Amino acid sequence: MAVRVQQDDFDVGAESRALQGPAVGAIALFVGTVRSLSEDDSVTAMTLEHYPGMTEAEISRIEDEARARWPLLGVTVVHRVGRLLAGEQIVLVAVSSAHRQAAFDAAQYMMDFLKTDAPFWKAEERGDQLSWVEARQSDNDAHAKWTQE
Amino acid sequence: MSDEMINVLYFAWMREHTGTASEQIALPDGAQTVGDLMPTLMARSAGHALALKNMAAVRVAINRSHGGLKTPVAAGDEIAFFPPVTGG
Repeated sequence: MAVRVQQDDFDVGAESRALQGPAVGAIALFVGTVRSLSEDDSVTAMTLEHYPGMTEAEISRIEDEARARWPLLGVTVVHRVGRLLAGEQIVLVAVSSAHRQAAFDAAQYMMDFLKTDAPFWKAEERGDQLSWVEARQSDNDAHAKWTQE
Repeated sequence: MSDEMINVLYFAWMREHTGTASEQIALPDGAQTVGDLMPTLMARSAGHALALKNMAAVRVAINRSHGGLKTPVAAGDEIAFFPPVTGG
């Protein structure tokens, strides 16, 4: 288990290799990046803040729930905070399993719950204007579909 | 008169409105839930009143777990108020 909240960038290849092992047949990786095009405006950068202590606890709880649903061999979550420029990597969810379906599903599940439960907040920069990003209903819907099954 | 304290945290635009990231306050006499804290918190400043006026737009965590206005509070608790999260 590895949950990291950090300012520094991460190396997707290194994180993937770290999940390899004799029983691993599948590694699913999701990388979220800073989108510059948002609501027809040009976002030059964003600043992420979080709730130290709660963030790590929430992501670990989400990981525990994913492990209870799928036979996972390894999980790595890295989430960056601080000021990030357009195009930079924000988040990595990497999951290893014996077979692909568990890895795909668990990675999606963890991202869907991270989006609604992990205490991070984004403020977008447009020129010298800073504005807090509003939560999306589509993220709540993505979360809800896992509890309706 | 109660001298039992709680720690109250604010994040994102709630921190900007209240002008503080964290403050120690005395647990109001008789307060049993997060909802019971609201009059005391809103009375602290105009910024607090603005930040906390629409609790439907605010999320609450008690001791770093998601909760709500009906979640019990006790001396020594850490109560956080924040907007719906936007990470990932």
